[in-house]
Amino acid sequence: MKAFALIIVILCAGLLIYGTSDFPPWSDPESPASTHVSPYYIEHTIEDTSVPNIVTSVLADYRGFDTMFETIVIFTAGIACFFLLRVTKREDHESRLYHHLVTGVTLRIKEGGKLPDESEEFRRVDTEWVPYSLIIKITCRLIVPFIMLFALYVIAHGHHSPGGGFQGGVIIGAAMILFAISNDLRAAILRLSEKMATFFCSAGVFIYAGTGLLCLLLGLNFLDYGALAKILFTDPVTARSHGILAVEIGVGIAVMGVVVSIYYNLSSAGKHDEGL
Amino acid sequence: MGDLAKEFVTTYNYWVYIILMMIGLYAVMVKNNLVKKIIGMNIVQTAIILFFISIGAKRGATIPIIAHGHNGGEHAVHAADYINPLPHVLMLTAIVVAVATLGVALSLAIKIYQEYGTLEEDDIRTQTREE
Repeated sequence: MKAFALIIVILCAGLLIYGTSDFPPWSDPESPASTHVSPYYIEHTIEDTSVPNIVTSVLADYRGFDTMFETIVIFTAGIACFFLLRVTKREDHESRLYHHLVTGVTLRIKEGGKLPDESEEFRRVDTEWVPYSLIIKITCRLIVPFIMLFALYVIAHGHHSPGGGFQGGVIIGAAMILFAISNDLRAAILRLSEKMATFFCSAGVFIYAGTGLLCLLLGLNFLDYGALAKILFTDPVTARSHGILAVEIGVGIAVMGVVVSIYYNLSSAGKHDEGL
Repeated sequence: MGDLAKEFVTTYNYWVYIILMMIGLYAVMVKNNLVKKIIGMNIVQTAIILFFISIGAKRGATIPIIAHGHNGGEHAVHAADYINPLPHVLMLTAIVVAVATLGVALSLAIKIYQEYGTLEEDDIRTQTREE
């Protein structure tokens, strides 16, 4: 089996390498990929959208449909994770660990045992609990807000520097995941509940599609942000720039929600109870 | 031999992506563990991303952000000065979609583990035959 697979792989590699003899050399300015549609994007981005970052203008304006459906793909992936893993029926009497803060004793409450009340004295810990490092916890708690601030910068400054909705949304999601790993899953869910994360998933897609629909209602094509000039009281080119920003914010919110909700579902196998 | 060396120097970016993709393909075909198969799938995705990004390169060009662009095109923009932005756009979305599909694949793996108690493919196969 292994030898058979190796033969197939080597044959495929041989065919593909043979195929590269017709490919243009690396970093050739005259290669077919760089000669047809991309020069138009490079030369017209300023006069069409007034966005210097060509990647952003192509992403959200020239190829807005593509990006909208990519956003819907990640939304669908988040929803698929939810439906595959989420356990709604709570099996309440698995054994749980509680930490008594006053004495520092850890109690294991077995199946059917009486759980302590929610109080300041007891704090629930994970069953596969290891004493954690205070340094890691505090450092992550200090870093998280700055990571989120940087993510907002990445989203908002995507017009002029590398960045945009996808990157910024992933950074916010990563900050939430960092918080969840350094504390525990319940602390993260307390900050950003599952309901809010799922709401963000759909709200982001809604902002994107809603911006497109607004353009349709204002008399131009779907996702033709020039139409927004009528309600923003600017010229169509600046309106395109603002439309791109709105769409990027939508993408960022959607990506953040999807990343966080996938993490919640994966790390706790859908129980949202004890995770990493 | 000189031809082959010249070929390699001008197109070695494609060779790298082919090698990466074949490593991923081999993992998907041969590995017994489902998580290793998922990792192989991700290596294939990474190879495709590398391929697209290397297509976008241009000799003597810089990143696709118009210099001094916020003044509104006071100077002419030449396409040869900026690398091709299109592969970057396509791969930007592909990376995030790869992460999302990785999440779906891992949640399927978790479900399979809950059902069969193992992620080894031959164990799962014997269990399904016994039933």
